[in-house]
Amino acid sequence: MSTRTVLHEADVSRALTRIAHEILESNRGAENLVLLGIPTRGVTLAHRLARLIEEIAQTSVAVGALDVTLFRDDLAKHPTRSPHPTEIPDGGIDGKTVVLVDDVLFSGRSIRAALDAIQSIGRPAVVRLAILVDRGHRELPIRPDFIGKNIPSARTERVNVRLLENDGAEEVTIGE
Amino acid sequence: MRHLLDTRTLAKADALRILDIAEDMSDTQSREVKKLPTLRGKTVVNLFFEDSTRTRISFEAAAKRLSADVINFAAKGSSVSKGESLKDTAQTLEAIGADAVVIRHPGSGAPQTLATSGWISAGVVNAGDGTHEHPTQALLDAFTIRKRRFGAESRGRDLAGLRIVIVGDVLHSRVARSNVWLLTTLGAEVTLVAPPTLVPQNVSLWPVRVVYDLDEALAEGPDAVMMLRIQLERMNAAYFPTEREYSRRWGLDARRVAGLPDGSIVMHPGPMNRGLEISSEAADSHRSTVLEQVTNGVSVRMAVLYLLLAGERDDERGGDL
Repeated sequence: MSTRTVLHEADVSRALTRIAHEILESNRGAENLVLLGIPTRGVTLAHRLARLIEEIAQTSVAVGALDVTLFRDDLAKHPTRSPHPTEIPDGGIDGKTVVLVDDVLFSGRSIRAALDAIQSIGRPAVVRLAILVDRGHRELPIRPDFIGKNIPSARTERVNVRLLENDGAEEVTIGE
Repeated sequence: MRHLLDTRTLAKADALRILDIAEDMSDTQSREVKKLPTLRGKTVVNLFFEDSTRTRISFEAAAKRLSADVINFAAKGSSVSKGESLKDTAQTLEAIGADAVVIRHPGSGAPQTLATSGWISAGVVNAGDGTHEHPTQALLDAFTIRKRRFGAESRGRDLAGLRIVIVGDVLHSRVARSNVWLLTTLGAEVTLVAPPTLVPQNVSLWPVRVVYDLDEALAEGPDAVMMLRIQLERMNAAYFPTEREYSRRWGLDARRVAGLPDGSIVMHPGPMNRGLEISSEAADSHRSTVLEQVTNGVSVRMAVLYLLLAGERDDERGGDL
């Protein structure tokens, strides 16, 4: 079957700019904000969002990476995954507004694992979820707060996010 | 990874993967909550046919930090002292539902036997067998050397070009053997220093240089000096004249430590015989990594248990690591 591109480079950029505004709006500014990306592409997106928010609000935003591998409940169903480094910005997450950032939201299991991972690091005041692509098929009661694009998909289809920093190209495709 | 039996056959990529995952494990140990849910529901059996408090509690801590259940099986005072064979013990553990067996045994090759016999389906970790190998000790030593040298930039790095001196009773030391294989696999140059009576006969087949004079080896300014424990319980065959003589010629004292270049470290697997192979000044100096080695041991063993137990079983897939 064919693979089609659902988001081009300009679409991704527009979606991220809108999410940056939405985060600032819901947080009433950039204060106490910590963006945590979920490796690997979520970290890239978190850094991009931080840059956009800094441009808009003219203030610096804490950004880091949160690896969820060791907290997953499906490890035994796959070949052993190697964890990625977790980087928590100076200042930690206690009492902060943490925005989790990931590329695709599917079953919701990564996010559940991320919530557990956050618990082992500290106690944020609020945790929000920003997602570039929501493709549906949730298996847990988890919903995103900021969505780049809803892309209805069949469960068997592959949604593939490629970013310049990670893949040398920028697009979101859907296909078999 | 199905088992960890030795470092001799451990490929460089696999060794680096263990060390890199140990970095991630180490990071989690500085968090508010150190316990991870990763191996919930898995059972790790520590099967120890030799006394070893340090290695056993290190494996126990590693398994517990990953939420595995731990059963300690010490041979003394158990069915083994009543004459049970390794096979029967193994099958008992299998029946209990062990997912991994960490074994220490006085017989070289016992872990290999356990892993290949078909008696159990659990993953096997060699925690020291006879005078053969002690792979997790070598891995934690390599991790410690890398961490001291490269700090936060350690991930993905090997030990190319580093010069490491291993001093002491090489003949009886499984720690020395595992380190020789692993450190050379990672690109380090290894020099052994020992009394001629404590050098194994087949050492010419090892990828190392042998020197009999400690001061000569230290004069070259090695990056790490690893002192081996003189195993007094094995010293009944008069390998050297007196302890004082050994200490004078092959012991690491304050004078020898002071002559080391900046940045070189002093290592010891513990437990130390202070005043014999290592002086208190050396053991407590800022160069000493003795306690870091203990801390790193937990992270490295967490990485090994993770690789053995977390993923889909390799034999169900036909791959390795």
